[in-house]
Amino acid sequence: MSLPPQLAELVEEFSEVGPRDRLQLLLELSRELPALPERYADAAHSMEQVPECQSPLFLAVEVEPVEVDPDRAVHLFFSAPPEAPTTRGFASIMHTGLDGESAADVLAVPDDFYTALGLAQAVSPLRLRGMVAMLARIKKQVRAAAG
Amino acid sequence: MALGNDTDPKLAEYTHPDRLVTTEWLAAHLGAANQGSDGLVVVESDEDVLLYDTGHIPGAVKVDWHTELNDPVTRDYVDGTRFAEICGERGITRDTTVVFYGDRNNWWATYALWVFSLFGHPDVRILDGGRAKWQAEGREMTTEQPKPEVVEYPVVERDDATIRAFKDDVLAHLGQPLVDVRSPGEYSGELLHMPDYPQEGAVRGGHIPGAASVPWARAAAEDATFKPRADLEAIYQQEQGLAPDQDVIAYCRIGERSSHTWFVLTHLLGFEHVRNYDGSWTEWGNAVRVPIATGTERGSAAG
Repeated sequence: MSLPPQLAELVEEFSEVGPRDRLQLLLELSRELPALPERYADAAHSMEQVPECQSPLFLAVEVEPVEVDPDRAVHLFFSAPPEAPTTRGFASIMHTGLDGESAADVLAVPDDFYTALGLAQAVSPLRLRGMVAMLARIKKQVRAAAG
Repeated sequence: MALGNDTDPKLAEYTHPDRLVTTEWLAAHLGAANQGSDGLVVVESDEDVLLYDTGHIPGAVKVDWHTELNDPVTRDYVDGTRFAEICGERGITRDTTVVFYGDRNNWWATYALWVFSLFGHPDVRILDGGRAKWQAEGREMTTEQPKPEVVEYPVVERDDATIRAFKDDVLAHLGQPLVDVRSPGEYSGELLHMPDYPQEGAVRGGHIPGAASVPWARAAAEDATFKPRADLEAIYQQEQGLAPDQDVIAYCRIGERSSHTWFVLTHLLGFEHVRNYDGSWTEWGNAVRVPIATGTERGSAAG
């Protein structure tokens, strides 16, 4: 599996610890999710909702224009409320692992990469569907923007 | 019975006021709970598996339904042996007063209470308003994890007949009152047809014929408490025509939202025989040759 380096590092961190510590890692990540820039202040109108997440999550994807960056770097923005730490944790995995990567590298992330995080036991497969949907929507937007 | 009931006048209007406590009551009884001396254990049950870890009511323990109340292999709840371990590890004996609270209008708290009721745990109560009201009132929260002394909980056989319904029970029940507590879009069937969106886990959309559509959250007030009795009667009895002596089955997608409605009908309005169909739409909407109605009309199972 070829993952962008930051994402590969996260996967390694998760796989090295037991289920309880995986939850703690996810909790720490949820606290590190960056705040939204001003232009996305009105999340409900300017961002795409991910209804598969159990709690409200909005995401926005920006891809650098080719004349600025031939690699088409991808930037990700997420909005999830503090009372949804699991969803924030998933978003933070995406942000830490994929923000700044090229469009081609983001599109190359295997759709089932999350299985390597080993979260199914600690979080439940049903909840993990939110993360699957998040990646699918990110890729869809990258594809549309990088066309 | 270790603890007296909350005598709050709003709660007194419900059929079983002993199944609820107010935030004031809980705050007043917490000191004793922390010492583990008066038989009170507060249990947080949330949709979000990490929410408890961000801060919880002092002394409260956590139960996660996905990873703890469900059997890890079979689609079913844990058995009596595992349930006894879950309780014992949390300092819960058969005589303990268990107060549940959680996020999202106590959705998952009522689910946990329903599962505890399958095992006949005698004294189970809901914190009216749940986590949201406790926080809105600026009451104490902590990230300190309690370390309860492990106690003995008896191995009790689960009763799957009284408050739980299976698919065959629902088939035999067609023609009698059913309550679909999902959103209107799920009820009519249109939500499964949205383009480009991953399926929700059912190959067919719609509802069980004859089911009334009463989204579960209609029973909750703005501050996440249950609506007063008169408001609930207006919805379930006057508007939907249900009666407390009827045999009623509630369902949703996997049986969690409908446990909220089960609680409302059983404990707040005094319906005598309400069952929760936990297979719900993820079973019915995938089952071969069961009748389905689409659209906003209840439909009927005839023919």
